[in-house]
Amino acid sequence: MISLTRLYALLRKEWIQVKRDAITLRFIIALPMMQLFLFGYAINTNPQHLPTGLLSVEHSKYERTIIAALRNSGYYDIRTLASEAEAERALAQGELMFVIAFPPNFERSIDRGERPAVLIDADATDPSAIGNATAALATITGALDRDLPPVMRTTPTAPAFQFVIHARYNPEQLTVLNIVPGLICIVLVMSTLFMTTLSITKERERGTMENLLAMPVRPIEVMVAKIVPYVFIGYIQVVLILIASVVFFQLPLRGSLVTLLMALGLFIACNLALGITFSTVSANQMQAIQMAQFTLLPSIMLSGFMFPFRGMPAWAQWIGEIFPTTHAMRIVRSVLLKGNGTPDILPELWPIAAFMVAVVAIAAWCYRETLE
Amino acid sequence: MSDYVIDVHDLRKSFGMLKVVDGLSLQVAKGEICGFLGANGSGKTTTIRMLCGLLVADSGRGTCMGFDIIRQAASIRRHVGYMTQKFSLYEDLTVFENLDLVASVYEMPNARKAVQDIMDRMGIADRRDQLAGQLSGGWKQRLALTACILHEPQLLLLDEPTAGVDAKARREFWDLIHDMAGEGLTVLVSTHYMDEAERCNRIVYLAQGRIVVQGGADEVSHHSGLITYEATGPDVDAAARSLRRTPGIEAAAVFGRALHVAGTDRAALEAAIYLPEYASLSWREVEPRLEDVFIHMLSVKGEEP
Repeated sequence: MISLTRLYALLRKEWIQVKRDAITLRFIIALPMMQLFLFGYAINTNPQHLPTGLLSVEHSKYERTIIAALRNSGYYDIRTLASEAEAERALAQGELMFVIAFPPNFERSIDRGERPAVLIDADATDPSAIGNATAALATITGALDRDLPPVMRTTPTAPAFQFVIHARYNPEQLTVLNIVPGLICIVLVMSTLFMTTLSITKERERGTMENLLAMPVRPIEVMVAKIVPYVFIGYIQVVLILIASVVFFQLPLRGSLVTLLMALGLFIACNLALGITFSTVSANQMQAIQMAQFTLLPSIMLSGFMFPFRGMPAWAQWIGEIFPTTHAMRIVRSVLLKGNGTPDILPELWPIAAFMVAVVAIAAWCYRETLE
Repeated sequence: MSDYVIDVHDLRKSFGMLKVVDGLSLQVAKGEICGFLGANGSGKTTTIRMLCGLLVADSGRGTCMGFDIIRQAASIRRHVGYMTQKFSLYEDLTVFENLDLVASVYEMPNARKAVQDIMDRMGIADRRDQLAGQLSGGWKQRLALTACILHEPQLLLLDEPTAGVDAKARREFWDLIHDMAGEGLTVLVSTHYMDEAERCNRIVYLAQGRIVVQGGADEVSHHSGLITYEATGPDVDAAARSLRRTPGIEAAAVFGRALHVAGTDRAALEAAIYLPEYASLSWREVEPRLEDVFIHMLSVKGEEP
């Protein structure tokens, strides 16, 4: 039989305890609101203003018209490139999503009615990011109509020129080739972050921290000792996940395996260091877990895993750039799909390293060698 | 450098508004076994933690084994053996693994041999491969003591080491403490057990973060000025109940079959116990028990502010 008196007494006790744990309470209230706003505004599956490079030799009036039409579609932010080599590099490193190349003698070909092809190289590692932009191209083939002599104006079946889209890195535009490399990083961040998140709070709650502190150990020794075993466990996960990706999802491994393992090793260590930092700054296990979760969701939502990175507003992209997962995901995609080597991924590698140095510094700063 | 192993002056420590240690000065000589007594919350644990560098005093100065307690906490840690009130070794490691960790952290040369030797000496070699979490209270305490003497410290700080341990284990524990003190180790030990207090060379009694009295067990008893009578006879429990409410009697408690009453005013005490209603009891004056003395001091302290 339920006693209301007892129930009320217990409720009162729980309520007092909830109120006393002010940090947890703030988290509980603030977290969902922040996430709602963050993701509500950040998520956009119709990315526009995609960075586009232009390769052109003659800069004819037709080209200017077509470029203006592309700009007006809202999908393309166009800048002129110096060479094909620059175009290749920028596509591989993810600076550009598209490269538009006009053939030589474009204007004369149009006037002769040869219906020349404009080549568009698209980074298809994330098919959904380029989908709407490429779909918009169909309406642009009529853009020259007003410039052309009346006899040559577009008939519904024969536009004056055509776009040839070259879906680079993922020619069949298989979504799985986009999802699985991203998933590798998400799985890794989920598992490794939590490995160390509880490590220091556990020592504190079990009372073993007091003994540890009484012994002559340095904070950095304690932290490194807690990270290293999990780097090995993390590596086992990496290998298993990569094998599964290749075997079950037919993921190509076009780049260097050594590069990939090195980069993921850094990524794992970075997550473990972040976990230690949460563990150091939080008063109990609950707080540590909440901090980890607070990191996890943006890692999934703002990294370009669920939604095209370029589709997010600038501020959301900046937040996304902070998270190591964002960079790790680009590295995995670029090594697996684009065949990139170590020099190509350096721009994504150093933000992970910088993040790790920053969190270790915070942990070392907050780690108390006394019980206060 | 001072001659004392512990030599601290006017230590103060507050947590928020609460003054936990309030102007404590303490000197402990080499080889001395100093007993730390006082009610819960009187500042014993906080003082011990300040001595080994786990807490930083708000103010005050002093040295521990010649090292400054504020500036040289790291050096103190190397030379002190601290046994925490709560078992704080790893329950998911074996006895040997725990000790091996400690020996290695203190960078002992030949750690394995040192661990084997200390396990033999402390009689825990049989339990070598047992998980610490599966040990009984007595064995856990013995393991914890082993761990804190492993690196051959000059000073042992033991914070209620025998709480929750049976009488035999406690006796053995104290025999070990005395053996080590005989070899020159200095020991500061906090306890709630009066029989343990009596085994200390010196007792330091704390209340509200201050030392109330210190000295040998008999000195402390005399110092209190407490007069104690013991009575035997029928129905001592009922007598204890009514005597407790009588003016002039500070404490009346039954130990086994004997009633102890204590007070500072001899005339009032004697007037009270020789009332006709207690005529069936036979009274005799006895030495005050240490416990009576401390309870007396606690109530005096309580009236002061």
